[in-house]
Parts: sequence; structure tokens; C-alpha cells
Amino acid sequence: MNKEKVIFAFFIVLALTLNFGFFLGEIDNPEHHNVFEFFAAIVVSLICTALKFGDRTHLGALMMATSLVADLQLVIAALIWGYAEQVSGVGMTPSHMSSVVSLSGGALLANIISVVLLMVETIMVRR
Amino acid sequence: MNNVLYALLRRLRLPLITMIMVYSVSILGFVLIPGMDDQGNVYRMDFFHAFYFVSFMGSTIGFGEIPYAFTDAQRMWTLFTIYATVIAWLYGIGTILALIQEPVFGRMLRRRSFVRKVQGITEPFYLVCGYGVTGEIIVNKLAQRGIRSVVIDIDEGKIDSLEISGRLPFEAPGLCADASLPDVLDDAGLLHDKCVGVLALTNVDQVNLSVAIASKLLRPERIVISRTESDTTTANLLSFGTDLVVDPFRVYAEYLSLAAHAPYTHLVYDWLVNPYHRPLSSVYKKTKGRWIICGYGRFGSALYREFNEEHVELTVVDSNPEMDAGLPFLVRGKGTEALTLSEARVEDAVGIIAGTNNDADNLSIIMTAREMNKNLVTVVRQNVHANKLVFKNSKADFIMEPGQIIANRVLAHLKSPLLPVFIEQMQAYDDVWAHTLLNRMNSVAQEEEVDSWSVRVDEDNSPALVEMINSGVDVNLGILLKDPRDRTQSLSAFPLMLHTDDIYDILPGELDLLKPGDEILFCGKSKSLRRMEWTMNNFNTLHYLLTGNEPTGNLLSRILNRQ
Repeated sequence: MNKEKVIFAFFIVLALTLNFGFFLGEIDNPEHHNVFEFFAAIVVSLICTALKFGDRTHLGALMMATSLVADLQLVIAALIWGYAEQVSGVGMTPSHMSSVVSLSGGALLANIISVVLLMVETIMVRR
Repeated sequence: MNNVLYALLRRLRLPLITMIMVYSVSILGFVLIPGMDDQGNVYRMDFFHAFYFVSFMGSTIGFGEIPYAFTDAQRMWTLFTIYATVIAWLYGIGTILALIQEPVFGRMLRRRSFVRKVQGITEPFYLVCGYGVTGEIIVNKLAQRGIRSVVIDIDEGKIDSLEISGRLPFEAPGLCADASLPDVLDDAGLLHDKCVGVLALTNVDQVNLSVAIASKLLRPERIVISRTESDTTTANLLSFGTDLVVDPFRVYAEYLSLAAHAPYTHLVYDWLVNPYHRPLSSVYKKTKGRWIICGYGRFGSALYREFNEEHVELTVVDSNPEMDAGLPFLVRGKGTEALTLSEARVEDAVGIIAGTNNDADNLSIIMTAREMNKNLVTVVRQNVHANKLVFKNSKADFIMEPGQIIANRVLAHLKSPLLPVFIEQMQAYDDVWAHTLLNRMNSVAQEEEVDSWSVRVDEDNSPALVEMINSGVDVNLGILLKDPRDRTQSLSAFPLMLHTDDIYDILPGELDLLKPGDEILFCGKSKSLRRMEWTMNNFNTLHYLLTGNEPTGNLLSRILNRQ
């Protein structure tokens, strides 16, 4: 068992599961989407990106790219959330909420691709 | 490029993760710990404000406690997070600084900028492997002719001196690396379109060999010149088509043997190849007779072979007791003592060659020998370049310094491939012929360096000439020698050889007609080359030289001339 591989896979899968948990529920209902879960999803996603730094293989480059996509989507979602709550003055509206959730849905796709790539890599290495 | 970035990113992995963890835990703490607003109600910070607060606190900016004054619980958490974030930052910045200071990282950056410089070269250049005495001379001389070079040397100091010297009119990219490695050669432009030649000049035969092989494999048609110090490497290099192999000992042995049996031919050779030529008067010393060779090493044995071919009488002096005793006239001893020298009968010899591998011994030999025989021709081998000053003042007739010899030989080849052909052909002529040629060269070049260059009659190199010939006008060789500023004057140069249809015509006449494809070797002052290029490239100049009047192409003058 390779400790590094365990940590790596752990974070990638965790990013997917957290994001999935946040994504579940009615798209425009703020009650169904927990802000702490969202925060955890962003943090884990950022850690995933940092973990993928410096891998020179082709697969590594792909993983890095999907991870960056997830980060980008989640950060934009966070910005929208912050804007809705603090700047707009009217609080969270269903339309803002649905933007946030759909962006996190995009990040979810990127996370799924990451996990698929991880599986491909695991299958390729027959040791 | 990628190497550097990946190294940086890989090292930053842990500091970045630490930073993300510290920040997220801090933010989470502020969101979870209940605070109190200005009316005394329980208030919970949201993520937006928590992130804002941790951002300015972590970077030690500190705008204060917002949006309301903190409770004691919040302050306790703040205390913890201040230290945690500062440590995380220090760790991250420290890692970056440590990485930048590492010599490996610096080398990577330098290699990168070298590769970029080489890739950016848009003019023809030579790849010079080995920047010793030879490499330095060659790079400088090429630069004088406006030709660029890229340098590889294994010694950091040499590359530094190349970059710092500032003597070159343009920058020559230099890399400190092992030239025998293919990826180094690749970075240095071995596959570059503009790389016109590869010069393997390191003092390790094996490295020269691998450079030459790599170049010949990748681009068989490109010039490869290599130095070597052993006969086996020479044979090996020639076997796969290396264009020129220079063995300094052998080249100098040929040079000296020419001096011994044909002094004037030798002087012509010397003037054409050596930038600092000896005066005409130096020839009058008697060189025919018995020579003494001190030191029968690589140099000595090469000399022995050459002299033997010319049937020059020889006496060998060597202290090595294991030496083959089959040599005629062998005297045991170092040659530095008068006793050994008189045993070698220095009194009735014409020349002495101090060819041991010790500079002090060599100087001592010629000084002792000169005391015993004033008229002796002295040849001394200089092994260490730093001893230049001493050798210059030693008053020896010939100083043999391998670095300089290789450089001269290589430059002769690079100046014009016709020059070595001429030198070879000229040896078929007698000394009287050479004397006449020498007088002619002397009157043209006077005290200056005799430069030589070749001119090709074709579209690329001399468009004006080709156009004129194609329009049916007879153009003779002499036209190139007229001064384009005033056709009654001639340039300080004369043709040495005309190469036409595989025939080498030595000292062609000025009335010889030129035709496309001809190649002419000239010698003279180097400034004449630039003038000659006018004639070759500018149709109007050529027209003026041929007819004496300026052809003005405009309509008015054409109408006027018709009347």
C-alpha cells in the first residue's frame, strides 16, 4: 500500500462526494444547500489541485486541468454567493441560488472526470 | 521551460496545502464561534466576513475587529490563527527562496535562457565545442568576419570569461555542459537550420569523437571539424566523413618539415595561415642540414616521420630509457645539459627542436644550444598557454603552440575550402616560384595581415556578376580587382586560384573570363573583400567598372542617351 496514493485518492474522491452532497436537492431552494458543505468542497478542491502539482505525465496534466476547472467553477459560485448575501442587499434569491448550484454541478462533472482518470491510471498500473 | 516550472510546483506542493489547511480551519473557526453585535445580540460571522478577516490578518495587515468588536472567545481564536498563518506564510516563502538559491535551479534557468538564445539565432552560426585557447581564437576571428558562434565548454570559468570578456561585437551564447551528451548538443543548436558547421575542439579525443559522430549522423552534409591527438582517433574520425581532422603535432611537423626543405614555400604557407607572419628576411637562415630533436614523444615522433620522408638528417635526444633503440643517432639524455647536446653534435647541426612536454626544459634546451651554436635554427614547443610571455621573449625562430596551430588550421579551412587545396597544390612548385609569389604578396599586403577569401560566381553570392554575364557581356577576372570607387585604382589583392569545372588553375591571369559556377580564391588585405563585394552585388558599380560611366536607369537619362 502506497501512503501517497491513499491520500491522493482520498482527496479526489472526497472532492467528488462533498460536491455531490452539496449539489443534491432542489436547485433554487437555499434550504437544501448547506454553506458549510460548500466551504468544505472548495477547500478540498484546492487541496486536490495542490496535490497534483508537479506531475509530469500526460495523465497528470489532464488531472491537473480537470482540477483547475473544478476550482474555477467553485470559486465563481462562491463569489456569486458572497455577492448575493452581502452586496446585493436583498439576500439570497432563488435565481442566485440556482446559479451557485448549477456552477457546482459543473464542478461536479469535472470531479467525476478526475475520478475516472484516477481509475484509468490505477487500471493501467498492474502492480 | 517545463523543468523549471515543474520543479517549482513540486516543491510548493506541501507549503500550499499547509496554507490552504490553515486558512480553511481559521475561517471555519470564525464562522462557528458565536460573536456579539453592538446591541448585545448573538451574532455569527458568515463565510464572507470570516474570509475577509482572515485574509487581512494572515497577511499581517490588521484592519481591526470587524464587523463588531470581538468577544473573548473570538479573540482567543484570533491569537491562535495569527501565529498559524504567519508560520504558514514563512514556510511557503522560505521554500521558494531556498529553491531559488539552489545552484541546480540557477543552472536550469541558465540552460533555459541559453536554449532560447540559440533558437533565436537567425544568421548562420558555428557550434564550437571547447572554449580553450583554440576555441577562443576561432570564435574571435569568426566574429571579426561577422559570423556567430555558439559555445559549449565543460569548465564554468571558460564560459564566464566568454560572457564577461565583451570583446565580441555580438553575443555568443555559452553553455557549461558536457559536449558529448546528445541533449546538450541538441540544446546548443545541432539541429538548428542555421548551424553551418560543428567544431569539436575539446582536449578529450573521446568527446570530440562523439560530437563529430552526432553531427554527421544527424546532418551528413554539414561541415564537421575535429581536433585529435592520436592516430587511431584520426582514422576513426575520417572513417565517417569528418571534413577536417587536425592533429596539432602532425600539422606542426608538416609545417616544420616544409620550413626545413622549402623555406619560401613554407613562408607562403605561413603568411596564408598564420595571422602574425614572419618577415621575408627571416628566410635567409640556413635550414638545410642535420636537425636535432629533443624529446621523442607524440610531437617528436610525428616530426621524425615527416623529416624522414623528406630525407632530412636527424639526431634524436631522449631521456626515456625504455625507448626503442632502433632509431638512428639516438642520444640518451634530456638535452638541457651541454654534455648531452655536444654528444648530439650541436656544433654542426642547423636546427634544434625542443619538443618535450615540459616548458622549462624546452626553454633551457634552446638557450643552452644557442650558446653552443649561434647560427642554430631554434624551434620550441610551448605546452602551457600561460607561458606565452616567456616564450615570446625566448627569441626562438619557431614557437609551436598546439592551441594556436589548431586554430590557424581550422580558420584556414573555414575562410575558404579552396585555401587548403591551394596550399596542397602549391607544394608541387619549386622554391623560386614561391619566392616570386611571396614578393607579390608582400607588395600587396605590406605590413598587414594577409587575409584570404573566396568568391563564387552564382545567383546567391554575386548577383550583379551573373546578370552581367547572362546579358552577354564578357566579364574577366581583373574586373574584380578594380577599386569600385575609382576604376583606375586597383584593390590590394590578387587571385591565387581559379576553380572552374573541377580544374584548379593556380595564379590565374586577370584576363581569364568568368562564368557562372566559378570560384576564385583571393589573398590580400581584408578590407579589399568588402570593396570586392560591391562589385559582385551592385550592378551599377559593375557597369561603371566595365565601361567607365555610371548607368542611370531613369527615363530621362535613357531618352537623353538615345539622342
